[in-house]
Amino acid sequence: MSGIRIIEESCIGCRLCVKACPFGAIRMDGRKAVILDNCTLCGICVPACKFNAIDYEKGPVSNAVDITKYSGVWIFAEQKNGVPEPISYELLGAGRKLADDRKTRLTAVVIGDKLSDACEKLIAYGADEVMAVEDGSLAVYNDESYSDIFVQMIRKGRPEILLMGATTYGRSLAPRIASRINTGLTADCTRLEIDPADGKLLQTRPAFGGNLMATIICPNHRPQMATVRHKVMKPLEPDYSRKGLVTRPEVSIPRETSVKVREVVKTIFEMVSLAEADVIVSGGRGLGAPENFKLINELAEVLGGAVGASRATVDAGWIEYNHQVGQTGQTVGPHVYFACGISGAVQHLAGMSSSDIIVAINKNPDAPIFKVATFGIVGDAMEILPLLIKEFKAALG
Amino acid sequence: MNVIVCVKQVPGTNEVKMNKETNTIIREGAEAIINPFDTYAVEEGVRIKEQTGGKATVISMGIPSVAELLRQTIAVGIDEAVLLSDRAFAGSDSLATSYALSKGINKIGDFDLVICGKQAMDGDTAQVGPGLAEKLGIPHTTYVRKIEEIRKGYIRCQRMTEDGYEVIEMPLPAVITVVKEINEPRLPSLKGMMKAKKAEIRIMTADDIGADKDLCGLKGSPTQVVETFVPVHDVNSEMIEGTPGEQVKRLAEKLLSMKFMTVK
Repeated sequence: MSGIRIIEESCIGCRLCVKACPFGAIRMDGRKAVILDNCTLCGICVPACKFNAIDYEKGPVSNAVDITKYSGVWIFAEQKNGVPEPISYELLGAGRKLADDRKTRLTAVVIGDKLSDACEKLIAYGADEVMAVEDGSLAVYNDESYSDIFVQMIRKGRPEILLMGATTYGRSLAPRIASRINTGLTADCTRLEIDPADGKLLQTRPAFGGNLMATIICPNHRPQMATVRHKVMKPLEPDYSRKGLVTRPEVSIPRETSVKVREVVKTIFEMVSLAEADVIVSGGRGLGAPENFKLINELAEVLGGAVGASRATVDAGWIEYNHQVGQTGQTVGPHVYFACGISGAVQHLAGMSSSDIIVAINKNPDAPIFKVATFGIVGDAMEILPLLIKEFKAALG
Repeated sequence: MNVIVCVKQVPGTNEVKMNKETNTIIREGAEAIINPFDTYAVEEGVRIKEQTGGKATVISMGIPSVAELLRQTIAVGIDEAVLLSDRAFAGSDSLATSYALSKGINKIGDFDLVICGKQAMDGDTAQVGPGLAEKLGIPHTTYVRKIEEIRKGYIRCQRMTEDGYEVIEMPLPAVITVVKEINEPRLPSLKGMMKAKKAEIRIMTADDIGADKDLCGLKGSPTQVVETFVPVHDVNSEMIEGTPGEQVKRLAEKLLSMKFMTVK
């Protein structure tokens, strides 16, 4: 029987579990901890207790598989028009390490049309094998056909680990597949390692807006599936002399899908998307007026970066929602993040605090953004921005 | 058209603060809220019901007290609220949650569209919508920012992508997950609040929805948390002083010397 209980003899009333519980589901009753009804059995309190006073029994799980029958590391290589997306190389970088640690092969799965260039690149970036499914009908991502094909491949190839990007498509495809084959899926991992003791994949991800990190395992089901956000993993240096195998797996490609993609429309025309940008210039209410976003655009252009925005400016209709950075927008991790006239509400910080360098420009010296800033300038963004544009234009030609 | 909206109870957003000295979570006012993304799903469900006729039902899985929270959705136009509540559901990961919700939705029956929020504010996984669609055996589209057309057996909607959107057609029934761009949720009306107060929230157990308990809760969850820790952010903040001109010069020098900005 699965469940959780406090071992009263061992509990010394130190309250560590009370503090650790994210759900407020542990209360002190005198000198003993008591688990309340709103406990979600998340297990976070178990390692928090230094006295082994929490008995947490997971019991037998259902649908367990014979994990010895699974081997190899797979990554889903997203591509657009036959060109792999940067996330595919990042996943290969992460996957290479895992495959080496497990002494197994790294395979890239690529689905689309006209993929020969893509296959070559994926091998250069670390794949031992590329399994390519090519068909005119697969040129554009489709949840239905891609998941059908992928599941066929997994059932046949039995990988022990499968990584996907936490992209729009990856976050749709991965849970669909995991649900069909009844395996575990951990979203948005920031660290992936092999447990040296038993070879399991340790998947670490942020929880509660990044305030807590949780390491998650999937012990009895395969493949162990995880998604990884943009820019979290580092790609390998491409080596075009690397040898790899390109295979064409036999799968049945759905002739007709009930889900139809009628149109693909581009509304963001910057060179780089927020998710993939090395530099992001973001504007907030401190810009004073919607038209002042043109300075943000200009600086982003000079630096070859993307334009971000605070929630307040999006809600006020100054800029489109696609640009919003933060908990209800996008999570980004560029090398340099400029926060211009953004005070730094906790929801905004949750979406950008993993940037390597944060530059904050704000009139208010007490603005929370300065707490996470690498470099801070107390000043009016409207005064600083034109000078910055000039300075970088001169320096970068 | 009948719509079922999935909502989740999450801790109020400001709740999770860290105590810097002890590295533990500070809990202030254990107030629970409806996941903010789900309020857009509720609004969209109510709008579709109003435009096409039919019924909008809300479903959630959680502890008994979530029932009170679900009243808020009735106040903004939802007709009926169902809460799946059973100890057997405790400890569910996204797979087990998808399963339980699919059983609950099938129990409610006779639906054209299921709407979920893009993701939950606490877990951020965005997995339950597609996972649920799979368990229901129907198609799904994520990140919907606009429904262009909906009628019996057909939906055409826009899915937000990294650089724009796609127009997608699906047969109904189907599942969509929505982003906040899709609408602006209404405030509760006085009449709605009266109705919410009197409404009866249906509570259903695992047995009521015919769920296999082996597939629910901890037993039905392939993933488990083995460790949690507080991330360390070492920020050496440097405030750049001087006149605006000096500040900018020094900032540019520093950034350029770090080589990130030289590649164009």
